[in-house]
Amino acid sequence: MPIFSYLAIPKRDARKSLCEELSTLEHCQVIPADNQDVVVVVTDTPDEHTEKQLQHTIKSLPSLQSLSLAFGYNEKLE
Amino acid sequence: MKLDRREFIKQAAIGSALATAGSLFPGISFGSWNRLAGGPGVLAWQKTPCRFCGTGCGLLVGVSDGRAVAVKGDPNCTVNKGLCCMKGYHSVQALYGRDRITTAKVRKNGTLVEVPISEALNLVAEKLKETRDTYGKDSVAMYGSGQWTIPDGYVASKLFKGCLGTNNVEANARLCMASAVTGFMTSFGLDEPMGCYEDIDHADVFVTWGNNMAEMHPVLFSRMLSNRKRRAGVKIIDFATRFTRTSQAADKTIIFKPQTDLAVANSICYEIIKNNWVNDNFVNEHVSFHKGKTNIGYGTEDHFTFSDSAETIDFEAFKLFLEDYTPEKVEKISGVPAEEIKYLASLYGNPSLKVTSFWCMGMNQHTRGTWINNLVYNIHLLVGKISTPGNSPFSLTGQPSACGTVREVGTLTHKLPHGVVMNENDRQMAAEIWQVPVENIDPKPSYHTVEMFRALDRGDIKFMWIQVTNPMVTMPNLRRYRDGALKDDRFVVVSDVYPTPTTDVADVILPAAMWIEQEGMFGNSERRTQHFAQIVDPPGEAMSDTWQIIEVAKRLGFEKQFPWSQDNYIEPIWEEYRRFHTGPKHEMAPYTVLAERSGVQWPFVDGRETRWRYNPAYDPACKNDKDFDFYGKKDNRAWIWARPYEPAAESPDEEYNFWLNTGRVIEHWHTGSMTRRVPVLHNAVPSSYVEIHPEDAADLGVVNGELVKIISRRGELTMPAQINGRGVPVRGMVFVPFFDESYLINEVTLDAFCPISKQPDYKKCAVRLEKA
Ligand code: SF4
Repeated sequence: MPIFSYLAIPKRDARKSLCEELSTLEHCQVIPADNQDVVVVVTDTPDEHTEKQLQHTIKSLPSLQSLSLAFGYNEKLE
Repeated sequence: MKLDRREFIKQAAIGSALATAGSLFPGISFGSWNRLAGGPGVLAWQKTPCRFCGTGCGLLVGVSDGRAVAVKGDPNCTVNKGLCCMKGYHSVQALYGRDRITTAKVRKNGTLVEVPISEALNLVAEKLKETRDTYGKDSVAMYGSGQWTIPDGYVASKLFKGCLGTNNVEANARLCMASAVTGFMTSFGLDEPMGCYEDIDHADVFVTWGNNMAEMHPVLFSRMLSNRKRRAGVKIIDFATRFTRTSQAADKTIIFKPQTDLAVANSICYEIIKNNWVNDNFVNEHVSFHKGKTNIGYGTEDHFTFSDSAETIDFEAFKLFLEDYTPEKVEKISGVPAEEIKYLASLYGNPSLKVTSFWCMGMNQHTRGTWINNLVYNIHLLVGKISTPGNSPFSLTGQPSACGTVREVGTLTHKLPHGVVMNENDRQMAAEIWQVPVENIDPKPSYHTVEMFRALDRGDIKFMWIQVTNPMVTMPNLRRYRDGALKDDRFVVVSDVYPTPTTDVADVILPAAMWIEQEGMFGNSERRTQHFAQIVDPPGEAMSDTWQIIEVAKRLGFEKQFPWSQDNYIEPIWEEYRRFHTGPKHEMAPYTVLAERSGVQWPFVDGRETRWRYNPAYDPACKNDKDFDFYGKKDNRAWIWARPYEPAAESPDEEYNFWLNTGRVIEHWHTGSMTRRVPVLHNAVPSSYVEIHPEDAADLGVVNGELVKIISRRGELTMPAQINGRGVPVRGMVFVPFFDESYLINEVTLDAFCPISKQPDYKKCAVRLEKA
């Protein structure tokens, strides 16, 4: 049952579309910054496989410039 | 339970991301999320100051099912306006480490065994009484902390100084803030900064004096950076002995040799006078000139004593004194090019620039700590850049309540909540409020911290109660003091939340409530008192430090002085304590106001907080009808001091050829006993290391991660090298963070101190290195 958080940086002028795209994804919470082009993404998935798939989907979003991991937790590892 | 735990982890994940964003994008705000975020299962958000540094950021703690599960910055707190650093965001996780101390333990036949807390408290009271009866009142001592709440420190002082009649009360703030106090007292006659954090929003130039604010006061640093981004011409000058994250963000870094900040500060004054940048009106109206003793020693021997004496001089004598500090002469001492000294002087001297100087441990942990504080005030006073928005010599504190509990309550051997034990009026005031005979309060200070641990080693002190601090990691020249604490007839009581090297030497361990598991108040760097309610229950039999002291006081027969009930003791203690500070110079806010707001700055007069002291536009205590009133000193003036450069207690030589400097990293709080139990913080920096300049490392034949032995005249330590990491020392210096109890760097450091403040110098001693 992994939980991860990331900082997502949108492509130029694409913050709104990145937030919209992310919001449509399951297991995904989106927290946009008010004053910078930075979006916090939190994923809370039932298993590693789903997490990997979700990560892949996020990385392929057209409005995404870069994604960096801030926190990772996997219940199995505890 | 499963849902709570998951939600808790999710909040930690959010906190981590927000903290990372905060450090990468200074000034970033997630305010609208803060307003929306209830989070599933989070029932209530309650305010508290953060407990992980002296900045005093306001936090909102989210509670679910009686457990603190989330943290966000408090948008109503003017300190941080909703921001936090990574320690703040992860702070509540420090409550829930697996090895929390939840029951009392007593050493029986050499082994610590669990006992009910009432039995442990009985033993503490018995031992305290027995020791005092047998060896005299000064054989017992209390050693507390700048992380004590204000009520903790207040009842400790009342019990030991008022009831037991000993001035053996000290706190670890002696190790971090004592030079700031003596600096303020000698220059202004009153403690604590004249300005406030709002200075950051007005200053054009920031000079950080030996102060890595980017890691130690990150939220204030980020406020500086966002001001620089927003306002044209704002500059940050990093005046330092090593390259740090502050250097990376600064506009300019000027490196000086350790201890020579004294010479550079004098040289800046020399230049200011030479170039006619003195603010004559200000100096003539508000400043007087003085000199004190010189060649004042270093306190490395037991029973060292020193008292300064002030002699009044005039401006011409001060000018003559500065002739030894021309930039060209000082370049030779300090390694700072004369041009750089002139540049610094020109910033302070330019009448159109507002300048704020920040400092913390670099200037305070200094064998001439009082002097260097005086000298930076000298610069600001010569040009009249003080007590107005943006013009501020600003001494920052390290701990959340070094100001509130240690400096304001006066939990140092010579202090009382108002004034000093040496002053008859102050003793009388204390005796009246405490309801004890005035003869109880000894007019002579006893032991400052280093001397207190020396007395424990010698056997002059036999009983010591230690609360909220970890001296068996932090005392300089540590081996001597640990051996002393372990001697047969010494009795050591430790109140703490996790096992530490200090609980290892304890005869009794008392389980303490931590931070928001109790009600209390802290006082931050800008004279702000911050109340927090009990938000969650303490685990097991853990009890607040305040209540532990009250329990022991009652057992010793002092019910009259400690009449409060466990249901309601913080409010009456605060209201009693507040009586010490009546009047416009130090009036504190009533309990009801503190309980409502995210911090209140004192003096709090007629419902108004005071942001800039000594300035009649802001400060109701000003009475002289002039543009400033430095009412702390009898001559109503701020004092400029002629203080020379004198070398460090121990400098590199042929045999020990490196400087050793010690300090902190952003992820860990002090000795790491709490932050190392927060997985994200621990994993970020899991163990300590020694920073070495790459060329010194090459000379030694050491690469990153290889082991290096650090050897001083006191001890040695082997640890991994870090080369070109977050901090890079200059050639001939190494730096070691002290958060890791597996690497006790203080076995290597020297217990030399400033003879005036008695604060040790953790930034300078001589070592040699070997490849291990
Ligand atoms: S800057 Fe200090 S007070 Fe603010 S959140 Fe960080 S540790 Fe806490």
